[in-house]
Amino acid sequence: MTELVIISGKGGTGKTSILASFAALAGNAVFADCDVDAADLHLILNPTIQSRNVFSSGHEAVIRQVDCTQCGECYDVCRFDAVIKSESHSGELKFTVDPFSCEGCGVCVWFCPVKAIDFPECVCGEWYVSDTRFGPMVHARLGIAAENSGKLVSLVRREAKKIADEGGRDLVLVDGPPGIGCPVIASITGSDAAIVVTEPTLSGRHDLERVMELTRHFQIPVYVCINKWDINPEMTESVESDAVEAGAVLLGRIPYDREVTNAQIRGVSVVEHGKGPASESIRGVWEKWLTM
Amino acid sequence: MNIAIASGKGGTGKTTVAVALAQTAAGPVQLLDCDVEEPNAHIFVKPEACITHAVNVLIPVVDESICDANGKCSEICQFNAIVSLKTKAMVFPELCHSCGGCLRACPTGAITEEEQQTGIIETGSRDGLEFVMGRLDVGQAMSPPVIRAVKKHTKQDALTLIDCPPGTSCPVIAAVRDCDFVVLVTEPTPFGLHDLILAVETMRELGLPFGVVINRSDAGDRRVEDYCRDEKIHLLAMIPENRKVAEAYSRGESITTAVPELVPLFRSLLEKVFELVGEVRT
Repeated sequence: MTELVIISGKGGTGKTSILASFAALAGNAVFADCDVDAADLHLILNPTIQSRNVFSSGHEAVIRQVDCTQCGECYDVCRFDAVIKSESHSGELKFTVDPFSCEGCGVCVWFCPVKAIDFPECVCGEWYVSDTRFGPMVHARLGIAAENSGKLVSLVRREAKKIADEGGRDLVLVDGPPGIGCPVIASITGSDAAIVVTEPTLSGRHDLERVMELTRHFQIPVYVCINKWDINPEMTESVESDAVEAGAVLLGRIPYDREVTNAQIRGVSVVEHGKGPASESIRGVWEKWLTM
Repeated sequence: MNIAIASGKGGTGKTTVAVALAQTAAGPVQLLDCDVEEPNAHIFVKPEACITHAVNVLIPVVDESICDANGKCSEICQFNAIVSLKTKAMVFPELCHSCGGCLRACPTGAITEEEQQTGIIETGSRDGLEFVMGRLDVGQAMSPPVIRAVKKHTKQDALTLIDCPPGTSCPVIAAVRDCDFVVLVTEPTPFGLHDLILAVETMRELGLPFGVVINRSDAGDRRVEDYCRDEKIHLLAMIPENRKVAEAYSRGESITTAVPELVPLFRSLLEKVFELVGEVRT
């Protein structure tokens, strides 16, 4: 079984549109949407949810006001400025925890001399196993302003692989998040290959350089395709030659095409939509990948 | 005043809008690039006289001659970043959140901390615009420490524009916290709308005032506009699709230089934000 992850460094280069087309072309795959804090793949694959699961991870400090002696120890030990000290008109102190700043380290819980701080587990989101017209899909929704996206990504990948193993499917297609931080690291570590979708802009080139440094760091074989290549043909040439020099294999170019947006509006993949030049180019990229 | 430029979806034009606002605003202005995983604003600002500083985090160090493997450190650590083995404790720096818990919990005093680099900050300026950017070291997982370090450069007496990372999770929260207003940039597509709704929910949860800019406004459908109207969200500006803008972007040219006709649009966008912040403040 092969696990192939699509990443980009820079956001909005077309990862999800391309992956949805690959899903239509693949035949015997499982799909994992690992862009858990802005997941979009379901808008095209239109999954029917088979199982819905709670994702709990980490803890959050909550001060029980009735037991608090206002000693201020929690305020002193917190390194994330998450304990808020306020004073009432009568001069009485009050300590509370700001949930958005709380890192869940538990140091205040440990050191509270009267054990007045609770430390419940956080519900950080939901994850789903679904059916789509192209095969099973595992996806998730990270709670608003929640943490631990890396752990949720790992969970989505693990479940997708399990389904592939059990169902004798030979490919897991992973839609990765933008950037190079924790959810991206969680998306690529241990995968068989990464396709980086980039665009011929100075920003795209800069971000490709950094994301390829990351794939090198984790020793993931990397393939590159340039989306909207005709926006700047000279830049396309130079991005491609940089990519090859950095050890990537090129999979091809996709032109700028308004039919890509039209397909999205219809809720179908570009290759199903079947209009415009991008559709043929994406097929070409997929066929090239199959020869690798 | 601090204004953050954010979006749920990546590649909608956050950096384009942030740079354009920075270049059209009057008076003392600073632009902070808080998209530290993939910072791009410098490509358009082209800052000069840059100075680089390291951003360090504190990582525990165990003195093995003192450590008696009592296990308190691994008991307090929520991140499995320090593990007590049979004879000594072992640190996994990439998992450490620098909370200092192990150091405090250790009864033998075997743990101290040392600074370890996690990213860098560059400061510079261009034509009166003060510029600060953060850059997470490749291979590091956690960007909030670098984002917080960039935001420490915020000046009270200037207009501070913050270019945020995409998404809705902890890096975005770190970037938009304590801002006076958030400009959400989106595009009129199903992905743009879906991720805008997530970003709107995030801002509401955080209690931050916000408005929406629709970029490439004629390249999709009307659902984003309808959503903003139904939800009574301030629509701050619509930037039409323009191949000249896309080409200039590809070359690293700012939108206001490439298409000067758009300068009034960004001026009026900024004025609307000022008006709304005034409204929110009173």
